[in-house]
Amino acid sequence: MKRRGRYSAFALVREAMRGHTGWQKAWESPLPSRKYDVVIIGAGGHGLATAYFLGKNHQVRNVAVLEKGWLGGGNTGRNTTIIRSNYLQDASAAIYEKARQLYESMSQDLNYNVMFSPRGVMMLAQTHHEARGYQRINNANIVQGVSTEYISPDQVRKLCPIISIDGPRYPVLGALWQSRGGTARHDAVAWAYARACSQMGMHIVEQCEVNAIRTRNGRVVGVDTGKGSIDCDKLAIVVAGHSGVAAEMAGFRLPIESVALQALVSEPIKPCLDIVVMANTVHGYISQSDKGELVIGGGADQYNNYSQRGSFHNVEETVRALVETFPIISRLQMLRQWGGIVDMTGDRSPIISKTPVEHVYINCGWGTGGFKSIPGSGWAMAELVASDQPGILAAPFGLERFGEGRFIDESVAAGVAH
Amino acid sequence: MLMLTCPYCGIAADETELHGGGEAHITRAGVEASDAEFEEYLFTRANPKGVHFEKWHHSRGCGRWFHAARCTVTMEVFGTYSAQTLQPPDEILAEIERRRPAASGK
Repeated sequence: MKRRGRYSAFALVREAMRGHTGWQKAWESPLPSRKYDVVIIGAGGHGLATAYFLGKNHQVRNVAVLEKGWLGGGNTGRNTTIIRSNYLQDASAAIYEKARQLYESMSQDLNYNVMFSPRGVMMLAQTHHEARGYQRINNANIVQGVSTEYISPDQVRKLCPIISIDGPRYPVLGALWQSRGGTARHDAVAWAYARACSQMGMHIVEQCEVNAIRTRNGRVVGVDTGKGSIDCDKLAIVVAGHSGVAAEMAGFRLPIESVALQALVSEPIKPCLDIVVMANTVHGYISQSDKGELVIGGGADQYNNYSQRGSFHNVEETVRALVETFPIISRLQMLRQWGGIVDMTGDRSPIISKTPVEHVYINCGWGTGGFKSIPGSGWAMAELVASDQPGILAAPFGLERFGEGRFIDESVAAGVAH
Repeated sequence: MLMLTCPYCGIAADETELHGGGEAHITRAGVEASDAEFEEYLFTRANPKGVHFEKWHHSRGCGRWFHAARCTVTMEVFGTYSAQTLQPPDEILAEIERRRPAASGK
């Protein structure tokens, strides 16, 4: 395995001096081998993070990550890049806070600038019910050791001068403020993990769709792909919106429905918003990218959908509501709109679990909260795959919780816009 | 925008006039059902990439529930029909068979 150079200020200067001829590919693109200890389906953030922590924490390095499209081309590249961990339930706070902490050191750990920007995430309380809900989450966060505070409309105005506090329909009554939340460069997260995995000798195989999952006596033995048949001891399914399709190949069903979630960006403007603002009552959230575009996300569509587009009226409703809260954006033109297929569970919490098929593990159901959880999800999933037992982070998120009625109910805790 | 024709009032309704109700033809588990059957009824869903039979509520129209057969990839609608059935009617299945020979019977 060829050792790649480290990225550093020195490397930048060196390459500048020699016309940038010395940069190497960030990750290899090998053909798959016949057999691996672990095969991971899905080279999005979660799949790649799972591979990375299998190698780093558990010394499992004979690993392949199979991707039907291109690396990070699914929801990893289709989200609004928000990172926060202010959840109500203890199990959620634990895994999302783990993820947020890992984001803080990710650029250093992976020697790859993922542009993590802890600019702060503000969730507006625009009804009395919401204000009470956020105060409750704030109390829970204090007990959980997650740093958040409930702030007044005056503090909201100081942090975000462009906001209309007294808005006619939904005045801002307060906000839940997580100063250590923020954003990161979404593609870079996938690229950083891919590079680190490749350096550990793992195989990342793009354009390699899995067509069948082979089992014998209730245990996985391999997968059939567009690039041939591959044997494996263990199989991790980490495919977000397509989890139902993959589960069907393995012969079981999931408590999941796939729907479209849309986002859009405006034309770039001068800096006017240096935090992330979420307005869950009106289904909209907004931040400004380094390029100056306003990145806007809305609520999920209401029906099953695999088309990665979504309904126009959802975008219309999101923008209509945000224009009321941020009057200065009313004349902006929107540049692009896109949709991602999110996998929604009944309790709006993820599934990190063993499955009815032995040595098949599934990580899915992140719904509208996938990007922020990538490192924590990979950490917990790697532990599950390596030891065949969930660790402390993954244990509450088993598939059995639905049958047991032991929900991790974040649909009530966080409203619709995660 | 998705449009569905309500089989009761006959109006071709925009999706903003409707409310999605999820998978259709789910058999309700009774009091004698096992835990596994109840879990299946409450939570487990087909979630197909392709032909989906689903419930819709004409909430801003005549107020009735009806069923639709729709492709979740192309948004193509194969037809709408009464909610008072335990399975899709033959003419809906025939229409799916005609347009999606591989997907029939699902």
